[in-house]
Amino acid sequence: MAGRLTPITLAAVAFFVVAATAPLFVPSWATLFALILAKSIVVLGIILLLQAGQVSFGHAMFFATGAYAAAFWGKFVGGGDIVLYLALGAVSSTVFGLIVGLFVVRYREIFFGMLNLAFSMVLWSLLEKMFHYTNGADGIRVARPSLLGMAFTPEAFQFVILYVSLLIAVAAFFGVQRYLDSPLGHMLRAIKSNETRLEYLGTSARRVLLVGYAISAFLGGIGGTLVAIIQQIATPEFGFWTKSGEFVFIAILGGGAHAFGAFAGAAMFEIVRFYAAAQLADAWQLILGAVLIVIILYAPSGLIGLRQRGNRRKEEAR
Amino acid sequence: MANVLLSAKGIKISFGGVIAADGIDLDVHEGENLAIIGPNGAGKTTFLNISTGYLRPQAGSVGFLGRDITAQLPRTITRLGIARAFQIPQLFLDQTVMENMLIAAASLKGHPSGVTALASLPERGEMERLLDLVGVKELARRKARELPEGQRKLVDIALALALKPKLLLMDEPTSGVASSEKFGIMDILTRALAKEKVTSVFVEHDMDMVGRYADRVAVWSMGKIQKVGTPAEVLADPKVREHVIGI
Repeated sequence: MAGRLTPITLAAVAFFVVAATAPLFVPSWATLFALILAKSIVVLGIILLLQAGQVSFGHAMFFATGAYAAAFWGKFVGGGDIVLYLALGAVSSTVFGLIVGLFVVRYREIFFGMLNLAFSMVLWSLLEKMFHYTNGADGIRVARPSLLGMAFTPEAFQFVILYVSLLIAVAAFFGVQRYLDSPLGHMLRAIKSNETRLEYLGTSARRVLLVGYAISAFLGGIGGTLVAIIQQIATPEFGFWTKSGEFVFIAILGGGAHAFGAFAGAAMFEIVRFYAAAQLADAWQLILGAVLIVIILYAPSGLIGLRQRGNRRKEEAR
Repeated sequence: MANVLLSAKGIKISFGGVIAADGIDLDVHEGENLAIIGPNGAGKTTFLNISTGYLRPQAGSVGFLGRDITAQLPRTITRLGIARAFQIPQLFLDQTVMENMLIAAASLKGHPSGVTALASLPERGEMERLLDLVGVKELARRKARELPEGQRKLVDIALALALKPKLLLMDEPTSGVASSEKFGIMDILTRALAKEKVTSVFVEHDMDMVGRYADRVAVWSMGKIQKVGTPAEVLADPKVREHVIGI
């Protein structure tokens, strides 16, 4: 997972260029790409934890935290700005991530995954039951915010939020790659291959994982804030376990070995959902399920693994 | 007499009905290579586990440079200057040999918070020197997973040396290695230890190794240290030959 200009990094750059330009020709794609980018940011956090061999089945809690940070501000304070919302989402999800992380980093594998799920379900229940503050299952509407004090029409705003999402996604993509190339990032990967040795080198594996977890929560919160702004609502469903499953699904679909897997997976997921939902109404899950089965059977390293598989075949044929 | 580096006093530990240590007293002196020999299951590895914090003794204490380290965490003990090489080499298999070494270097510096790429750490030259010292410099770019057992052993030791330890504890450093390679590995190892001025304790079953590379030998049997002395003294003792070596 190097920060060098590898073919996958070039593919990522190409993807960002398409995300920036395609909606200029097909305006209805602006929201679609904004959603893809926002969800990719969350999935980047899942991929970070996958480096340490850990799968969180409750990461939607940070997604919901970011979304509700914006929603609560709008409901209880009023007004709002994209930058303010993002700052609130980032800080609240990171702090929440550090608190939850103190507990979950003590566990590994299925226990790590299930403890995350448990925390997320507690948050979901609170969002559902504390109706006076959260409007329960109805959620809280997130009014269209300004950007640095500038207000926009709905038509212009869909491009504003697209480019804000793109800017953050690019920063997150390169930031995560940089982090994974750093000593801390390598130590995160070392947890997966040999945690005992890491401890015998004098490093606390729990602390390394806690840093990774907090970054992962930060990314989840940012993604949640963006989706709440794009969809103009935050509901308890943002924190439900199926949403966590969706993020893990996207990470497996795209491939967890590289940060671009988040973008490839989210693009595939949202595009299939966008078109399949339009054509087949309630059957889009069936199509996505079939796609995932094919991926697991024929490309266990995800969509980005297809290219590596193709390269190996070429080498074998030589 | 050289300074005492590690000092175990009255160590007791048992696992169910099996007594691994029953009042062990053992000092390790600065600059020596101390071999621990004994029958399988005698408790030799348990001693390494207690000395590195992996196990807590039921009684007794372990001191290192005058400081009580009994039941400290392995990472705390590592940071004090005790490194460990394992019977089965413990490497980060999905990373290259150099990445393994640089992770050790970053660990030594304390908790790394910067975003400097691992490959650009200034310790890279020093890590190359250590790999060269144990004869595996040319493997720096290879994934640890691709290496045969003998080379993994050497990388495991280089990893321990990267921590700049005062004391290195090794569990059967040549087990699992072809007999034709054993002396070569031990030659490299003892040369590297001498150059880096690292004291060592190694658990060993091969008496040829003990005779050739140990300065002192401790015989561990039935939970007790039965005898401590030079290899010549210990290996000539009829009781040791009969009950421990099995001759």
